[in-house]
Amino acid sequence: MAALEIHNVRKEFGSERVLKDVSISIDSGEFLILVGPSGCGKSTLMNAIAGLEPVTSGNIYIDGEDVTWRTPAERDIAMVFQSYALYPSMTVRQNISFGLEMRKVPKAEREAAVERVADLLQISHLLERKPAQLSGGQRQRVAMGRALAREPKVYLFDEPLSNLDAKLRVDMRTEIKKLHQRLGTTIVYVTHDQVEAMTLADCIAVMRDGHILQLGSPDEVYNNPVDMFVAGFMGSPSMNFIRATLEADGDGYALRIATPDEADLLLPWPAARHTAELVEQLDKPVILGLRPEHFSEEDVRLSEQAEGTLLEAKVSVVEPTGADILLRLPLGEQEITARVGPKCEVSPGERLALRVDMSRAVLFDAETEQRLA
Amino acid sequence: MANVIRRQTPAAKLWRGVLYAVLVIAALFYVLPLVVMLMTSIKPLSEISAGTLLSLPQNPTLAPWTKAWGEACTGMRCEGVGGYFWNSFAIVIPAVLISTAVGALNGYALTKWRFKGFELVFALMLFGCFIPFQVVLLPMAQTLGWLGLSSSRAGLILVHVVFGIAFTTLFFRNFYVGIPNELVSAAKLDGAGFFRIFWRILLPVSAPIIVVSVIWQFTHIWNDFLFGVAFSAHDTQPVTVALNNLVNTSTGVREYNVDMAAAMIAALPTLVVYVLAGKYFVRGLTAGSVKG
Repeated sequence: MAALEIHNVRKEFGSERVLKDVSISIDSGEFLILVGPSGCGKSTLMNAIAGLEPVTSGNIYIDGEDVTWRTPAERDIAMVFQSYALYPSMTVRQNISFGLEMRKVPKAEREAAVERVADLLQISHLLERKPAQLSGGQRQRVAMGRALAREPKVYLFDEPLSNLDAKLRVDMRTEIKKLHQRLGTTIVYVTHDQVEAMTLADCIAVMRDGHILQLGSPDEVYNNPVDMFVAGFMGSPSMNFIRATLEADGDGYALRIATPDEADLLLPWPAARHTAELVEQLDKPVILGLRPEHFSEEDVRLSEQAEGTLLEAKVSVVEPTGADILLRLPLGEQEITARVGPKCEVSPGERLALRVDMSRAVLFDAETEQRLA
Repeated sequence: MANVIRRQTPAAKLWRGVLYAVLVIAALFYVLPLVVMLMTSIKPLSEISAGTLLSLPQNPTLAPWTKAWGEACTGMRCEGVGGYFWNSFAIVIPAVLISTAVGALNGYALTKWRFKGFELVFALMLFGCFIPFQVVLLPMAQTLGWLGLSSSRAGLILVHVVFGIAFTTLFFRNFYVGIPNELVSAAKLDGAGFFRIFWRILLPVSAPIIVVSVIWQFTHIWNDFLFGVAFSAHDTQPVTVALNNLVNTSTGVREYNVDMAAAMIAALPTLVVYVLAGKYFVRGLTAGSVKG
């Protein structure tokens, strides 16, 4: 049975439609991430699940029960807020046990629960402090502790890491993942950070303008995006979108990329990925999507066996990140990003041969921006 | 300030000197009436008629104070203002507490439990801050009559509470607007209800604005004369009305020293409140604006 099911939920503020017919269902123990740019409705959806905002229509089920019109307290959920929302006048201990106290849990059990989560999150030494005396990372832990103490059916995380500095954010991300693996809790997690989404989720819902564009595993969303928005939103640096024309090339197809000053580039479309729909797109403009890691520098020793198509371009910018090097180079009318190994010795202005792994390329309709192949 | 960087040229120093001189003169100008009142109140009557307003008391005496407290005539009775002083407390304390409590709940509801039309309700309450007292005297008298509270202490308390709520609501509303709504959301998820959230989450952080509300209400209600004279009977009159009666009751020689002592007595509680809590008053008024 689904731990959480959202069924055709709509939310309108006056004439503004914030959620337009959203449906999601996740199983018990699943980690769902709602991701999207600001204003896509992900926080509104979160508030609807929490019961902090009534929905305009549709239903929300938790553990099979319709909770659409229940108060937040009756839904048996816990939430970690972006601002942590720790009660300023209470100690950490009181913050963690407040929810239990409100649910009339006996004092001894409350104490045990506080000890349990304090151990789990390593905040035992902070229990007597007030929130104002804690650092950002510590507050974050307390906020999670408060949610964990109650052992609710569903946990909601509303951008919990966005107020932490970069290093702490990565640490806490790992910690949340470990906690989820250990406790097997059902989590709905809102973020605008696609790295968090990729690393944590069992299931990602990419949202835009009140719609869910794609709901799938991180692998699906990353490698098999439904449209250009999803493709561009997931991944950093973002996917390269290259204007091209689909042409017949012998038995198969090829993509012609018009290049100013030089001869047009012709990239063959892998035969294994032919679809019937591609015929209709012949001689029409399409958008070729290639992720930076779909490029690799040509290695002379391997060139005999290596897969993929070779192309050559003049490097305009070299950005070493340590782990690898990002290159900016012109391809057709646009500039693209390629990710190459850290050993690649190239300077701006030099020409470089790159291999393109066309088997992982994706193709979009230039007008509708929908996926073609 | 020592930690301000500025040029130490002679001209700059002179300018500073002028600045301080102006400030000191202004401060003296403001404190002078109080000094004159205090000096006059401890002079014997003979010294007042002989000396000038600013001459220092030669033989200080507390007799005018004791007379003002227990013997001076306020109209027909000659029992001083002491009894009315306690009358004022009996009116002010409940009125301050009730109006502050109601204002706090109003401010909480208007910011954290927004309902349809909350803006209109708030605008109307704000409007209450601008209604002149005189306008409501007759309707209020009529209302108190209907309620059977004419000339009673409870009636006067009610009037002050009703008038005070506009201000206390404004104070608390502006303070609670700065407290994150997520705190209330978190408490709702934790299972707390309207009053529990107010009592356990909001109230413990409200100290600065409670101080503001209490000082504001205390000084206003204590210093009120109009409602006191209009809606109280003889034995429930506040000290401001008694002071007026005392000054206006002439029994031959005008006893300026007793008048001044009575005026000091009437002004003392507000002065004490301000000296003790004024710091928090200023802090509380600016708390919301600086630190969200």
